[in-house]
Amino acid sequence: MASYKPVVVQSFPKLGEKITQDTLYWKNYKTPVQIKEFGAVNKIDFSPVPPYNYAVTASSRIHIYGRYSQEPIKTFSRFKDAAYCATYRDDGKLLVAGSEEGVVRLFDITGRAALRQFDGHTKAVHVVDFLSDKYRVVSGADDYTSKVWDIPSATAVVSYSEHTDYVRCGCISKLNADLFVTGSYDHTVKVFDARREKSVMTVEHGQPVESVLLFPSGGLLVSAGGRYVKVWDILRGGQLLVSLKNHHKTVTCLCLSSSGQRLLSGSLDRHVKIYSTTSYKVVHSFNYAASILSLALAPEDETIVVGMTNGVLNVRHRKHEESKERLPKKKRPAYRTFVKGRNYMPKQEDFFVSKPVRSHLKKYDKLLKSFQVSKALDTVLQARNKTPEITVAVMQELNRRGTLKNALAGRDETQLSVLMSFLIRYVVEPRFAPMLIKVAEMIIDIYLPVVGQSAVIDKQFLKLQEIIEKEIDYQTELLEVLGMMDALFATMTMKKATSLEKNKTNGILRVLEQDMSN
Amino acid sequence: MVVQEPLRVVRCGGSKLSGARAAFSADAKYLLCASGDYVKVYSTVTEECVHVLQGHSNLVTGIQLNPQNHMQLYSCSLDGTIKLWDFTDGILIKTFVVGYKLYAFYMLADSEGSVFVIIPRKNEDASDSFQLASVKLPKTPDQEVEAKDLSLILDDIGQSPKCTAFGREGEYVASVRGLHLLVYFFKKKKINRFPLSATSRKGANNYFTCVACHPKEDCIASGHKDGKIRLWRNFNHKREYTFSTLHWHHDQVMDLAFSVEGNSLLSGGVESVLVQWRDGSDCKKEFLPRLGSTIEHISASLDGSFYCTSHSENKITIIHSNLRVSAVIQGLVKGSDVKTGLVVDPRTKALVLNGKPGHVQFYCLKTDKQLYNLDIVQQEYIHQVGLNQVELVKAAFSTRGSWLATVEQREEKETELELQMKLWNYDEQTQSFTLNTRINMPHEGHVTALCFRDTDELEDRTPTLVTAGKDGRFKVWVLENDSDAEKPSMGWSCDFVGSYHNYPANTCCFSEDGSLLAVSFERTVTVWDSDTWDLKCTFCHPPGKIRNLCFGRLSCSKYLLGTTDNGFLCCWNLLSCALEWSAQLNIMVLQPDPLSENIAAFSRLVDSSDLFIFKPNEPRPFCIQRNLCRERVQWAVFIPRDVPESVGSEKHQWLSRSQLYVLTETQDLLTFSTKSAEERLTPSSKQLAVEESLLVTPFYLLLGKHRHQQKSKENATLGTAVFQSHVTQDSPAIKELLHTPAHVLPSASFLCSIFINSMLISKENKSAEEVVDEVEMDSEKAEDESDEDVELNEVEQDINTTAFLGEITPKLSKSQEKELRKIRRMDYSWIAAL
Repeated sequence: MASYKPVVVQSFPKLGEKITQDTLYWKNYKTPVQIKEFGAVNKIDFSPVPPYNYAVTASSRIHIYGRYSQEPIKTFSRFKDAAYCATYRDDGKLLVAGSEEGVVRLFDITGRAALRQFDGHTKAVHVVDFLSDKYRVVSGADDYTSKVWDIPSATAVVSYSEHTDYVRCGCISKLNADLFVTGSYDHTVKVFDARREKSVMTVEHGQPVESVLLFPSGGLLVSAGGRYVKVWDILRGGQLLVSLKNHHKTVTCLCLSSSGQRLLSGSLDRHVKIYSTTSYKVVHSFNYAASILSLALAPEDETIVVGMTNGVLNVRHRKHEESKERLPKKKRPAYRTFVKGRNYMPKQEDFFVSKPVRSHLKKYDKLLKSFQVSKALDTVLQARNKTPEITVAVMQELNRRGTLKNALAGRDETQLSVLMSFLIRYVVEPRFAPMLIKVAEMIIDIYLPVVGQSAVIDKQFLKLQEIIEKEIDYQTELLEVLGMMDALFATMTMKKATSLEKNKTNGILRVLEQDMSN
Repeated sequence: MVVQEPLRVVRCGGSKLSGARAAFSADAKYLLCASGDYVKVYSTVTEECVHVLQGHSNLVTGIQLNPQNHMQLYSCSLDGTIKLWDFTDGILIKTFVVGYKLYAFYMLADSEGSVFVIIPRKNEDASDSFQLASVKLPKTPDQEVEAKDLSLILDDIGQSPKCTAFGREGEYVASVRGLHLLVYFFKKKKINRFPLSATSRKGANNYFTCVACHPKEDCIASGHKDGKIRLWRNFNHKREYTFSTLHWHHDQVMDLAFSVEGNSLLSGGVESVLVQWRDGSDCKKEFLPRLGSTIEHISASLDGSFYCTSHSENKITIIHSNLRVSAVIQGLVKGSDVKTGLVVDPRTKALVLNGKPGHVQFYCLKTDKQLYNLDIVQQEYIHQVGLNQVELVKAAFSTRGSWLATVEQREEKETELELQMKLWNYDEQTQSFTLNTRINMPHEGHVTALCFRDTDELEDRTPTLVTAGKDGRFKVWVLENDSDAEKPSMGWSCDFVGSYHNYPANTCCFSEDGSLLAVSFERTVTVWDSDTWDLKCTFCHPPGKIRNLCFGRLSCSKYLLGTTDNGFLCCWNLLSCALEWSAQLNIMVLQPDPLSENIAAFSRLVDSSDLFIFKPNEPRPFCIQRNLCRERVQWAVFIPRDVPESVGSEKHQWLSRSQLYVLTETQDLLTFSTKSAEERLTPSSKQLAVEESLLVTPFYLLLGKHRHQQKSKENATLGTAVFQSHVTQDSPAIKELLHTPAHVLPSASFLCSIFINSMLISKENKSAEEVVDEVEMDSEKAEDESDEDVELNEVEQDINTTAFLGEITPKLSKSQEKELRKIRRMDYSWIAAL
């Protein structure tokens, strides 16, 4: 006849984001490593050559970190005041950095002292970079100017002073050795050609520009400032392609993934958002402990390094498959044993003897099948509470059978304390609350006469009471908020209706006016 | 031309199979069981119904094989008759008229000519005390015999046949009632009475429920209300009797039966577990659990190879003696209250309604058979009295039948309501429904209505479901794609929640094209646009709580109909938003026909239900059927016919395309037909088919094929000679003449005309039909022959005969033909006078 039907364990839909390829990709990082710097981290730059060390600029120092090192493998500390924007050259041998005193310094990675020193800016230089011909350096400073320096002669080749506010960000074109972009607090982004005296193109961002980025193809320009990230099409004369508003505080840094398919933006709102560069939709987002100032991705997205205002450097390394294989392999029967005879096709003259399929039942199901209710409840409580849904499902089943009270009664101190700790942990969880509140009521009914005999149990009862009181307060607060929101919504809809009416009247008036004029 | 046939109300869906203990035939090939007024003969192997023995005019209460002749069966009924049947051919042999209501029937092997029956004491309905009496069956050759020779044996016994049992070789009879066990010894004419105390200290409930006697030893087994079984021995002494107790059942023991040899005792009860006690000891017991529902009767076959249990859910389970279920005979489950109503599965055209607890059953009306059960609740059913079970309360199919929505609820107290809505998707591959989405608590209160939006095949609209709840809301659920990287999946989620002044929502329904949704809130009908979910208009003309709501169809799609609980039927025009007409009728059920504009309304007066068929554009009903039934009509449904039936009268034209089925308060399934009862009889000449579809043994494979080939060869060579025999075999009249036992045949004069008619050559089909009619009318006992079959045979035979005659006699002259026809038309009834 019909076989025993096991207890149905309800599955609850996972709230929040759905699992996409992106979430799988971007979640595949190990737990972050935190490194404390001396001040706010304003720039992180990866060396373009293996072993992909990275330079971190914070306060008056530049630290070079190895890929997995927690300690800096090298430090440049010849700065009187804050250093800014330490950037590698394409071959990874030279490093350039700006400084608060307005001097741009060029370092050899192996040396300690500066190779060159470019003087000429009168105020702090916040942005420096190598042009892609490797022999020139571009810098932008708070004196509203940006300059191109020749490395061998250490002299300024050209100087632009078109910006009307601090120049705080910039980037170079990888394709054209003369092309670079600067963003300024005067809300504009300007494209310069080192061969010409004037800017080639200006786009109006609308907010002080904090970061600019050129796509590898050189055709698209990304600017970040205020809460906006804007994408411009340079080839069509600086036309706005898309404006993204996904952060609720100023966006401070931009970065492209190694494939160029994803754009990352970090913001003072402590989030890093990842956009698809085809749809410009947020596909994933990271959460950090403090406001983000700088962000860098290692080649092949092996490492994400984020620098924050509190001077903490957050390093995440990608997980690799090999780490899983390291687990000791259990000795299992060969695959053959499982498939033996499975794919044998019976011939026509074969006599087929059917064997009833034995269904495997869980331990609690076996006990429930034989009506051992207390034992069934014990089994699911002992499962280290990793699967509270199963515990609650069994409680529900017992309740349906009308034997929940029997299962709860007759427990000694240790058994009861297990049950109580389960209740304390999960009673306020909305999924389980209706069932667990019922259980709590029953327990109170059953064990009321013995309260006061055991200190452990009494403590737990008090704790349960406390949790429930807290929850009640919380719920009332929520209801208040809901009421406020309702009132707000009500007024909003009212306004809409009136504004519509106004429009209507305006229209009618206009018609009347026209009639009059006619 | 066509006579105005009256509209007939026909009961369908079969009656209870578990009315009395079923009996096996001697070879255990057939199972005989009482089913309402009939006795049904089932094949134990194929589970098919082979014969229906009709003849009793009231409930059949007991059946037993004739101990002298195992091919015969006695049955007794509340109509006061005992009938003797030949069940292999399905023929009534004899009727004994006793004149009392017979509640049970016992016959012993050695007491030939007398049987034992249980009759009410004063032949009154009201009296609750009954007597066991023996009836002498007179040996006269007549068909109908009066058997009035009654002699009282035991007085004041229980009515149920389970409460009385006959002991070893008929030496004694044991009967239980209340707290007493009575044993009457026939030889000594002595009654021993063994009382039990009502309750003991342990809270036992000692009331007897059933009794069985050991076939070989002096041992009586009795079942009790508290689940105990007592085995009584040594009961021929008044004082020194002993009993041992077996206790496993936690509730009332419903029936007990000993195996043929008596070495094992079977017991069953509410737990729906069959328990086999070996050697009457407490430790040697075996179980067959989860039989579905309460076991009401247990019986064993004479050869000891089978047991069978009758269940309260209209089911008989045939069980091997090694406690393996071998076959299940399942009727329409009419267990509890049908809350889902009658729903039609658009795919199979099967009737879908509550079945076993927690299941929906798919019931095929054409073959009168249950197709399958779908487990909705998917929880272990605990058989315990007073337990709050999860009930299935609502079910609905989408237009194409690809989605099934069900709502189940469990109500512990007023405040604690557990609701679950499940959406099932039809899987083409497995040909069954699979669970797609489960929604906990779709509403805060009871779900009152559930309907899918009708979608056309061409239009690619998302499937939409609307639920209305007592919490004053209606919710719109749509199918959404929520697949992600790991697995693609489709699920249902809530799209819109609507309410109207927080009144509880009663019903909801979509218009035919799915563009409008009507939801009734207490006394107000609201109409919503199904694209934007905007409230379009409200109707509340005659004050009263809305009971039913439906849109008109086809040409009447601009009308909305509603009924109120204060006795109004209203029709609103949706274009003018005004009341078109209203009528004062206490309508209980309103059901539109999906294929026409017709709407069926069932009204309820004091103690009768009436049916009105009308079109919404005309307030005058074109068909009224008064006094449909005495009970309240609970649900009704139109089921589209596969082939439109030709209905003679204009008035009953509404029956041609779909059939109306009605479920009453007492769980009777009724339908309407214009045909007479004889015409409606389903072709039950299945017997041959059943026999042929029996197991093909290896022996047959070896020999049968060979023979078959030989036969066909012979046929080919012998040609005409074989043909001759073929003709004689095919004629139904001849067949009947040859196959019916001689002693039950009517007189030869009676059959003469039919016989001759069947031998005559007929030229036209019309004459053949006449012959058929005559056959039908004259041979009332030939109920096995369906008209269709006969007709077919006849026509075939006609063609053959003419061809055959054409070969032998070149041509009949016209005058000869006329002569023949004249002879055929002549009345042969004069033969009867001779």
